Amino acid sequence: MNNSVATKTAQFIALVLIQVLLLNHINFLGYVNPYLYIIFIFLFPIRSNRALIIILSFLLGLTIDVFSDSGGIHAAACVTIAYVRPFILKFSFGMLYEHQSIKFSQTELSNRLLYFSLLALIHNFVLSSLEIFNISKIILILQKTLFSSIFTILLCFLISILFSKKRR
Amino acid sequence: MQQIINFVIRNKIFLLFLMLFGVSLALTIQSNSYQKSKFINSANFFTGGIYKQANGIGQYFDLKQENDILLQENNRLKSLLYNHTSDLKITTIQDSILNHGNYNLTPAKVYKNSYSLPKNYITINKGSNDSIFEDYGVITSKGIVGIIDNTSGNYASILSILNTKSRINAQLKKSNHIGSLVWNAESSELAQLIDVSKFAPIAIGDTIITGGQSTIFPKGVPIGTIHTFNVDNNGDTYTIDVKLFNDMANIGHVYIIKNKDAKEIKKLQNAVDE
Repeated sequence: MNNSVATKTAQFIALVLIQVLLLNHINFLGYVNPYLYIIFIFLFPIRSNRALIIILSFLLGLTIDVFSDSGGIHAAACVTIAYVRPFILKFSFGMLYEHQSIKFSQTELSNRLLYFSLLALIHNFVLSSLEIFNISKIILILQKTLFSSIFTILLCFLISILFSKKRR
Repeated sequence: MQQIINFVIRNKIFLLFLMLFGVSLALTIQSNSYQKSKFINSANFFTGGIYKQANGIGQYFDLKQENDILLQENNRLKSLLYNHTSDLKITTIQDSILNHGNYNLTPAKVYKNSYSLPKNYITINKGSNDSIFEDYGVITSKGIVGIIDNTSGNYASILSILNTKSRINAQLKKSNHIGSLVWNAESSELAQLIDVSKFAPIAIGDTIITGGQSTIFPKGVPIGTIHTFNVDNNGDTYTIDVKLFNDMANIGHVYIIKNKDAKEIKKLQNAVDE
């Protein structure tokens, strides 16, 4: 138990630093940034307390917000995906989730891709709409959501494959 | 009562979600409003310290460019100095600062700069311990950068001109027609000058400078040149796209301008209002 707490804490700090010092400066095509830090919420142990996930996600988002002077947009997006995570898990993994017996490193790649994509899309949509905060620019919001999501999904998927090899 | 408690217990996850979402939404809306005193900002001990460490490594990568910029600036200042006595026509910003003595300049280093978001802030390494406070102007050797928004002991965050909240008094260099410099979040190279009277003589390539009407910037700080312009729907005013002199994506060193008369001017204006 203590071991996993320590790992998660280290992961939290490492992901925040990578995000604010490196990934926030990519600006592909001028405005597209990958948001790797949400992989923390993706890969959070499934059987843990739901309230804990929501609170940790809020803290994660808020830390990113403090670094990037963006008010509370990352916090809002993170809390949203932490709340909808169980529904998405059920949708993407089906029976496996019902039996509470999944480990992310043992799931099918296609299922995992679906799970990542849905959460990343929701996250980026909430993020872009709060960032732009203007209904009349809905096209820009959707455009930003799409590009950032593709970038985020690719990066998260690669990282998750890279780091789960060992455990197989 | 029993039922209310039961309801809370049954839906505690949803209520927790709603509460935290509400908090983040409140923070977002607060950062969108024009009022100052945000409490979530990157000018604090913690984030400032981390950006400082990262900057300590990162600054070596563009030393060459920074040197070039400094050389150019030195060159221009020297030529101003030597030509000053013979040519009285030169009235640029450096001139007005030297002569009037109303403005104090403080150099500072940029720790964090963003330019791709709709609301961009810059973090620098000077704060209230260096007597830097809110509403001081920030420039580089090429042109304006923004206005100090929040300060902590050793750090300050700047509301960049590339921020949809930013609104700066500006004017044409060749006539005194004024307007407001805003940003529509579309390109980091172009800002918009709005509410310029249609009687103003404008042409593509004309220079835009700050107007002397605000207490933040001295008159005559360069901003950019006219890129395109068109008449507004109501037909009375121009909206001008201004190509900025500064490359906002690449800012290393800045100068903070303190107007010593700001308090006196504000006091006078308040007295008139009452």
